[in-house]
Amino acid sequence: MSKTIEQRAIVVVGGGPAGLAAAIAAHEAGQTDVLILERDTQLGGILNQCIHNGFGLHTFKEELTGPEYAARYEQRADELGIERRLGTMVLDISEDRVVTAVSATEGITQIKAGAVILAMGCRERPRGALATPGYRPAGVYSAGTAQRLVNIEGQLPGREVVILGSGDIGLIMARRMTLEGAHVACVSEIMPYSGGLKRNIVQCLDDFGIPLLLSHTVVDIEGRDRVEAVTIAEVDDKLRPIPGTEVRYPCDTLMLSVGLLPENELSREAGVELSPVTRGPVVDQSLQTSIPGIFACGNVLHVHDLVDFVSQEAAAAGANAARYVSSGCKEGSDSRGVPVSAESGVRYTVPSFVDVDAMDDTLTVRFRVANEYRNRYVSVYLDGERIQHRKKRVMAPGEMEQVTLKKADLAARKGLAKITVKLEEE
Amino acid sequence: MYDVIIIGAGVSGCAIARELTRYDCSVCVVEREEDVCCGTSKANSAIVHAGFDAQPGTLMGRLNVEGNRLMYEWAKDLNFAVLPVGSLVVCVNDADRPGLQALLERGVANGVPDLRIIERDELLEMEPNISDEAVAALWAPTGGIVDPFGLTVALAENAAANGAEFRFNAPVSAIERAGKAWQVTAGGETLLTRTVINAAGVYADELHNRFVELSTGSDTLQASMTVAAEPLSIVARKGEYYLLDTTAGRHVRHTVFMLPTAMGKGVLVSPTVHGNLIVGPTATDVDDKEGTNTTPAGLAEVASKSSLTVKNVPLREVITTFAGLRAHQAAHDFVIGEMEGAPGLFDCAAIESPGLTSAPAIGVMVSGLVADALGLSAKPDGAFDPTRPGVVNLVMTSFDEWDELCQQDPAFGNIICRCCRVSEAQIVDVIHRMPQPRSLDAIKRRTGATMGRCQGGFCTPKIMEILERELGMAPEEVTKRGPGSELVVGHNKDRIATPGVRQEGGEAR
Repeated sequence: MSKTIEQRAIVVVGGGPAGLAAAIAAHEAGQTDVLILERDTQLGGILNQCIHNGFGLHTFKEELTGPEYAARYEQRADELGIERRLGTMVLDISEDRVVTAVSATEGITQIKAGAVILAMGCRERPRGALATPGYRPAGVYSAGTAQRLVNIEGQLPGREVVILGSGDIGLIMARRMTLEGAHVACVSEIMPYSGGLKRNIVQCLDDFGIPLLLSHTVVDIEGRDRVEAVTIAEVDDKLRPIPGTEVRYPCDTLMLSVGLLPENELSREAGVELSPVTRGPVVDQSLQTSIPGIFACGNVLHVHDLVDFVSQEAAAAGANAARYVSSGCKEGSDSRGVPVSAESGVRYTVPSFVDVDAMDDTLTVRFRVANEYRNRYVSVYLDGERIQHRKKRVMAPGEMEQVTLKKADLAARKGLAKITVKLEEE
Repeated sequence: MYDVIIIGAGVSGCAIARELTRYDCSVCVVEREEDVCCGTSKANSAIVHAGFDAQPGTLMGRLNVEGNRLMYEWAKDLNFAVLPVGSLVVCVNDADRPGLQALLERGVANGVPDLRIIERDELLEMEPNISDEAVAALWAPTGGIVDPFGLTVALAENAAANGAEFRFNAPVSAIERAGKAWQVTAGGETLLTRTVINAAGVYADELHNRFVELSTGSDTLQASMTVAAEPLSIVARKGEYYLLDTTAGRHVRHTVFMLPTAMGKGVLVSPTVHGNLIVGPTATDVDDKEGTNTTPAGLAEVASKSSLTVKNVPLREVITTFAGLRAHQAAHDFVIGEMEGAPGLFDCAAIESPGLTSAPAIGVMVSGLVADALGLSAKPDGAFDPTRPGVVNLVMTSFDEWDELCQQDPAFGNIICRCCRVSEAQIVDVIHRMPQPRSLDAIKRRTGATMGRCQGGFCTPKIMEILERELGMAPEEVTKRGPGSELVVGHNKDRIATPGVRQEGGEAR
């Protein structure tokens, strides 16, 4: 580039809940030279279209709407005078932390960052990724796109709705569409359990008499121009549709809530190692990725259930990034620490590595389980020895779980080679 | 009175229109859909075939090789995306080698340049992910990949710039004699013309058969190529495909075909000009000429056949599936020429694969036939502009160049489609071109927006807003692909009666 490269201590990519909390925490940790790059024209990310309440129960001990939750963080960022560039889309992050972005006001700009915090969030899995057979008419919407049309634009995407997938956005949209005057025929979920929070099933489906069809999926989409009907069939334990169970639902809209994917195109291009399970970066206890000085938090790291946990995690990333910069951006050692292994029923853990010397007194390890479980124990092993064993009545893939590791426990074990988190029947 | 009415704004119709505008004549393209490139032209493998498939001596063989040559040449004037990546026909069984040799000889007979059989070592070097079973391949360096939307739009825009008219949402309902001319009823309007060209894709048999009814047998023909006044039957042959994310786009570097064996035909695996990976097609004859739905069986077949030539195709990276219909005819050759006994009625029918590749040559040939028949003269020098400005592709633009674009028009800095890097500037640019795109899919065909991994999840509402602003449309008028495919149906609570408030035409509830 012919323009000069700007120097900043910390660049945060994304101004949603993760980016905001990370920037604030970095600033509060003493690193005041923080810049947020946000592609939208306002901060807050996807919270802006989440006009329902239920946010912030953990953080603020009250029920806020999405925009209200975001506003609390924006206000704090304003108080601290944290600089943000809106309408600015990051195009590239290099391994040596040069961030290239474009905006209508500045054109292309390049910034050399002491530390980069990845906070790009996630996107919805589209219909195409499911390879659902049928036509490709108008009226097939991912739930988040429909949510934007309804909640931001005031436009109704359809009147007779079938929802495929029971992710939280789909559940929320079942209620929203009903409140706006549409009829929601059912929510069909291919798995034998819901992908969303229990409270959303109760408050968004049960309270409105909307049936949840577990172990059912859409096997055909009719309508050349606009959706005219979908066919739903029951699936067997290998998730294959069972012939003879098909039911046709005349409708004008099929809404999809079939999973969220961390948006890691920039991370991949930068060379950050990604986990095939979460599709997010593989991080250590400081939420640092495989590239020193590049940190990750929020839904770009792994898809969360509650925004409160996004904020907590992002705050840790922000503080760690600030520490990294103030300690002179030193390259870490070759070893990333002790590996954390996810086993029997635990799909993954964040972080994947723990550097015991560098960790705080306690460390939250978040994970999701692979199935619906009742009365299982969450166990933590240091090498062969079990140090935690806690019974949980119900665990489900839709809800995030966590364990807390104590530095004292880990440091006490000489030559620790592996930390294991797993589910046990007894 | 028009000199020429072309029925069908697919790649053939648009290529013919563009070539006809070299002559001093009036041209009108009528299309039943809302835009160009809505049928067979939009849903296919997007391959520039080298030309070794067709039998020597056929029209198909000749026009394929000629179309291949013209494709690369025209891309310079018309600025559509084409990449000469080359193609490989992979032999997975030593017993099938004679078939590979036969294909080579056929290609040589058709005039395909630089064909050569390569052995496994060389093949593996060219395609590290080639199947362990692969023993040899036919290498065709003139094979390539093209943007079928970009090509068709470029031809249409250039035709329009040189004077051709386009009428959309205008299905042809009648063709009658009108003295020595013809009367075409399209979209409720009656148009007079000296000649009619049937470029109606899967419906070309219906038009052809109407031409046969209108044929008297006694009229004298003008054109050097004629078509017998006998009924034609075109079957819609469905091909289903997977399209994979750009993260899988480099899984193969060339178009990889499978040499057909006794076990049947495989599927192709190829990069696309948009950087994706395409896998398909199936070949199933269907009764419904609108049957562009994908099926469980078809998709399963593509998935299983992909591994016959290429290892570990990452099908988890699939971003969409689609189906297209080829205009298949039993004799498997293009049907081009003037209808026996009906001077002025021209067929351009049964244009199945390699129809896309052949389109430039078809355009030259059919326009030549019509020009001869009507005695048209070429426009004076300088009156025909063969060039058409391209649409900026930010994926291929350096940061320096992009920065300069932003200085000229800040809208280049406002990214609308983040997956495919399409800015507001490109969308506004194409909206104000002719023929004018008015739908989400029409914008997609011209800019690539919505074609990426999120499949329009983020950019659909933004593109709707731009269409509303630029074309003065209401939200309810914005469609995915023309009338009947409206994206939103009303506004929030528009059918909810508010307690105590009198509703139109009803009592308060």
